[in-house]
Amino acid sequence: MGIRFDLFFLSIAVLCAPCLSDLVLSKVDRRIDLTSQIARFTSTLKVENIGSDPVSEVLLPFPDHQAKNLAYLAATTNEGKGKTKGFTTTLPVEVVHPKGMPPALTWYSVSLPKGLGQGESLTLDVLAVFTHALRPFPEKIPQDQPQRVAFQDSAYYLSPYVVKVQLLSVKLPPGTKLESHTKLEKTEVSGSEIKYGPYENLPSFSYSPIVVHFENNQPFAVAQELVREIEISHWGNVQVTEHYNLIHGGSQLMGEFSRLEYQARPQIRGASAFRHLVAKLPPRAHSVYYRDEIGNISTSHLWGDSRKTQLEIEPRYPMFGGWKTAFTIGYGLPLKDFLFQSEGKRILNISFGSPIKDLVIDCLIVKVVLPEGSKDVSGSVPFPVKQWHETKFSHLDMVGRPVVVLEKMNVVQEHNQQFQVYYKFNNLSLLREPLMLISGFFFLFIACIVYMHADLTISKSSASYMAKLQWDEVQTAIQQVQRIINRCLTIHDKLEATLRDLSRTGDMQACKAARKAADGLLKELSKELKPLLAFLHSCPQAAQILPKVEELVAKERELQEKLMVKHSTVVDSYEKKSGGREIENRIASIQQKLTALRQEVEDLLEVIDEI
Amino acid sequence: MAASEDAKASSLRYAFGNVIAFFILLLIGILAFSIRLFSVIKYESVIHEFDPYFNYRVTQYLTKNGIYDFWNWFDDRTWYPLGRVIGGTVYPGLTLTAGTLWWILNSLNIPLSVETVCVFTAPIFSANAAWATYLLTKEVKGTGAGLTAAVLLAMVPSYISRSVAGSYDNEAVAIFALIFTFYLYIKTLNTGSLFYATLNAIAYFYMVCSWGGYTFIINLIPMHVLLCIVTGRYSSRLYIAYAPLVVLGTLLAALVPVVGFNAVMTSEHFASFLVFIIINVVALVYYIKGILSPKMFKVAVTLVISVGLVVCVAVIAVLIALVASSPTMGWSGRSLSLLDPTYASKYIPIIASVSEHQPPTWPSYFMDINVLAFLVPAGIIACFSPLSDASSFVVLYIATSVYFSGVMVRLMLVFAPAACITSGIALSAAFDVFTRSIKFQLPGLSGNSPIDAGDTSSGSVVAQNETVKTEKKEDPGKERPSRKTEKNEDLSKERHSRKNKKKEKENVEKISVKPQEEKRLLVLPLEASVIAIFLLVLLGAFYVVHCVWAAAEAYSAPSIVLTSHSHDGLHVFDDFREAYAWLRHNTEVDDKVASWWDYGYQTTAMANRTVIVDNNTWNNTHIATVGTAMSSPEKPAWEIFNSLDVKYVLVVFGGLVGYPSDDINKFLWMVRIGGGVFPHIKEPDYLRDGQYRIDSEATPTMLNCLMYKLSYYRFVETDGKGFDRVRQTEIGKKYFKLTHFEEVFTTHHWMVRIYKLKPPKNRLRGKTKKSKAKATATTSSKRSVSRKNPWH
Repeated sequence: MGIRFDLFFLSIAVLCAPCLSDLVLSKVDRRIDLTSQIARFTSTLKVENIGSDPVSEVLLPFPDHQAKNLAYLAATTNEGKGKTKGFTTTLPVEVVHPKGMPPALTWYSVSLPKGLGQGESLTLDVLAVFTHALRPFPEKIPQDQPQRVAFQDSAYYLSPYVVKVQLLSVKLPPGTKLESHTKLEKTEVSGSEIKYGPYENLPSFSYSPIVVHFENNQPFAVAQELVREIEISHWGNVQVTEHYNLIHGGSQLMGEFSRLEYQARPQIRGASAFRHLVAKLPPRAHSVYYRDEIGNISTSHLWGDSRKTQLEIEPRYPMFGGWKTAFTIGYGLPLKDFLFQSEGKRILNISFGSPIKDLVIDCLIVKVVLPEGSKDVSGSVPFPVKQWHETKFSHLDMVGRPVVVLEKMNVVQEHNQQFQVYYKFNNLSLLREPLMLISGFFFLFIACIVYMHADLTISKSSASYMAKLQWDEVQTAIQQVQRIINRCLTIHDKLEATLRDLSRTGDMQACKAARKAADGLLKELSKELKPLLAFLHSCPQAAQILPKVEELVAKERELQEKLMVKHSTVVDSYEKKSGGREIENRIASIQQKLTALRQEVEDLLEVIDEI
Repeated sequence: MAASEDAKASSLRYAFGNVIAFFILLLIGILAFSIRLFSVIKYESVIHEFDPYFNYRVTQYLTKNGIYDFWNWFDDRTWYPLGRVIGGTVYPGLTLTAGTLWWILNSLNIPLSVETVCVFTAPIFSANAAWATYLLTKEVKGTGAGLTAAVLLAMVPSYISRSVAGSYDNEAVAIFALIFTFYLYIKTLNTGSLFYATLNAIAYFYMVCSWGGYTFIINLIPMHVLLCIVTGRYSSRLYIAYAPLVVLGTLLAALVPVVGFNAVMTSEHFASFLVFIIINVVALVYYIKGILSPKMFKVAVTLVISVGLVVCVAVIAVLIALVASSPTMGWSGRSLSLLDPTYASKYIPIIASVSEHQPPTWPSYFMDINVLAFLVPAGIIACFSPLSDASSFVVLYIATSVYFSGVMVRLMLVFAPAACITSGIALSAAFDVFTRSIKFQLPGLSGNSPIDAGDTSSGSVVAQNETVKTEKKEDPGKERPSRKTEKNEDLSKERHSRKNKKKEKENVEKISVKPQEEKRLLVLPLEASVIAIFLLVLLGAFYVVHCVWAAAEAYSAPSIVLTSHSHDGLHVFDDFREAYAWLRHNTEVDDKVASWWDYGYQTTAMANRTVIVDNNTWNNTHIATVGTAMSSPEKPAWEIFNSLDVKYVLVVFGGLVGYPSDDINKFLWMVRIGGGVFPHIKEPDYLRDGQYRIDSEATPTMLNCLMYKLSYYRFVETDGKGFDRVRQTEIGKKYFKLTHFEEVFTTHHWMVRIYKLKPPKNRLRGKTKKSKAKATATTSSKRSVSRKNPWH
């Protein structure tokens, strides 16, 4: 496969000699960083215009098989010299399709800030980031083998321009074992770096394939799909929820997985596996959680300081080659750190990519959920993304929340840039849901009150309804009677108590006073009783219960009389200073009657209660 | 004026009392809900235990596909290759309840996940159960007893054990349905309202939907009706309470697919029909008695009795013939093991193998109902003074449930509400007596006046519960004469006017008992009652402390996440989910996983893989097949599994960390169940002198069976000796290789080990060896070549 490609490109190089324009790359210095699973190409191009016309764009071709893995491409230039050195400007890059060019190439054009005049030169820094550029070889390894990957590129800089001097250095992970590499002339290996070049005066479209095969046990964590949901609440919170669908993109595990060996020698027997991922969350992130569809994953650590919050997450099992997992991270952020206001518009300014380090994301979907009632929604991202709008229904929504959806394939760390979502929002809409709740409960209670008070009888004149009304009245009357009787009984109890006091203290005055008060009260009560009894008499409904009530009243009166007799006897005898035994003898018969009567009265009360 | 003001004040006080009662109920609901949240707060909002995972999965299906698909759901991810008709074999009450809750919430745009709803269904329904208890007890003994019983039920440990948040089990809603059905029955009995009778039938329907324990209702209520009839308490209210329940209830119950014709065919339901016939006969007799003169009535009685006897005999003969024609006498296995506690262990090992089907031990009573065990007798006595229809029901309820709880641990759950109701009655009666005597004496005397020296001794020194008991125990002694008189009265009354209303009679009865008791109790001395109240409160506090402890420590530990406290803090064992997550993400969707049936529900729900057997143990043969495979040597086991299309075998192994309920400890059940169907598996082969052991003394059959090998594969290499921390012994066979299985995953603490069936080997042995050697040589040489330069 690789060889065929290479031949193909060689033929291109031979066939397509025509020079594109009058540009010449006087010096190209390429550094390829392969220390992680991502290949980062940093090229410094010194562009020189040897033609007569000013040139305003520089073309950067990439072979298609690389271009489909191109995640990020940025060109910067160092303008000025001396004092202003270090002031870099980012130049716009776009895909172009120039005519008359060899096939199987994808072209990018860098627009220069101002036309490059004759003889002028400019230094361009191009950063290209490729995912899936390191192919695991062999593709399947047993548990105890390290992971080896092969990287493939050209020793010469592929360019439509003539390159005068060029250098290539490939940086491998430190301390790694280099299995093999293509040896060309001027190839040098020093430590973990391979140098090709310098090569001089190569024609345009020169291509010389190289392959580097080396051990790379860096985590090959690839998120096949990542959905980030950023939900804004104007009550002061930005809730970020990230759903990961992770796979180990390196060599697949072949044969047995032995936990024993993994635990005994994790460095050797599980070298290619990764245990944990580190996510760098924004500062002041709170309520962080880490779970999957079957619950919380307990293996995670969280540190925080004023500049960042660091979350170390461990998947449920060590990730070996080809193993997959899925999980969700969620955290809350303070709103004021991310939301700004200008000219009546609100701007959400938040980072685009995943907070997890060294993660390749094949498909990233960012959903920004704005509060209900937001208008004029638009998103602005510094690089091209697919964008559309949705509506989401959440907590008690009536019309739904507008959602800005941004989709991008092939996302790497370099995409962790701030993007903006602009919208208009009236603060009064905040109160909508609380008011809705309040009014909901209000109407519920109102309905309850209405139901309790409303008379839902259909026919108000029917006999049964009248009877029911009357029966209600009778019942209240009877209840009142009962209450009065009960009060009489308590007064009796009190009188008894005074008698007891008397026997103890001999305080005649208090006793007499109590008697007087009780008399008064009882009289009043009997007065109260009269109209009630009269009402009951008049009521035909009460006929059945009336005898009982009357009996009750009569008994109570009897009881009252007896008690008075007892009371006066006792007091009298105290006045006469008769002995305790004598008093007891005198009131013994009365006492008996009293108890009997009391019993009867209480029985009657019970009976009436039952009815 | 004064009178009206007074009336106003008192009516205000009543209203205030109602408001207080309402708020108390609200607080009880909150208490019942929040005491069950320990598992969520201490661990996480997740469903635990085994069975709930199935319910959760069914609920997910219901919410995703709707009710019609749910009824017709044929689940092909379990009992492979048989499958299972879920809609027709599951009690749908819980699922429908949670599904409805979820649907309501979602239609209000409150986006809660199905899981969250499922996790909190049980606490919500325990709050409902507490309120239902209030209603039931209120019907029996008034508001005070109702509130007390509701508080007790809100935190009774027995019920907490089945209804903590995340324990998404049928019992959680079933207990509510049970109590509520009883409440409606009592309510109908007290009011004679047909409205409540209909509601009662619907509540019964809900209970039938929710739990197989509905048979308890349909046997208890007939028993009570029969009791009422026998004790001469028949009334039209009783008829209204019972007849609609049987007719409507049976019709509705037959609508539930899992019950279906069982509602009329199985013996569990026959009692209700028999009593239905009896009550109709009794009703007819009372009716005829009403319209005939006494003389005519006598004639009619003789006629009816002679005809009725003949009919009865005929009916019973038919019934017996029907019942006898079925081998189990028409009783299901679980019901039979209720009637004969030794039945299961004799005939059905699969029922006996479940720990919750074992009889409880005494400590489990103390653990599950705590001080209620002491209050229950007092409550029963309180129910007898006076004995009404409602309180006789409570007595009957507690008597039967005590028996059932003694047979099966699981039925402790049915006993708990009864215990709460009776203890609530006892406590409230005690409080009533004590507070009344305090209230009566407080205004009268400031100092101390021992008027009633006779009673002081009883209460002051003894512990409070004993106080209650002694009080109550004195009751019968003092009541006995009164009872006699009462009886005499009754008799005389009946002689005097037989047509007098029953009601009146009851009233008289009540009256003659109550005042005496009150009178006697009223004279409790102040100090005694204060101390008694203090001790009662102390008792209550002890109960509360125990319940909170039980809720927090004993019952809130999810069985899928285990924790241990070591010197360096909390250690979490999340191995089950680790394994299930691995299966879920790293195997093919249609792969079949074999494991012992305990893990079936979890595997289907969490790993989303097809299993061979699961916790719904409906096919004994299938389970026996798996049991046989586990207890066979590697080769036959591989053949069995291969014939079942199994790709992965999952075993649970606790030997490394000391997790006792692992497969090795369950292994004898596999042997027994397997041997029950496949006689070549013999239990004695696995036992050395009747002892189950895995050390060097173990039998060769044991050491060569698949379960042993899968559990201890390469275990010896962990510590060099192979020391099993559960069995506290070194394993018997230490070094061995697997030929037909390969280890594909083992969790962090080795608690779950997953093996893959190796593909069948080439048949020609000698040749394979050679060619294999060659092949390896060539591949290795190839590899060495390719390693050097893969592209050139």
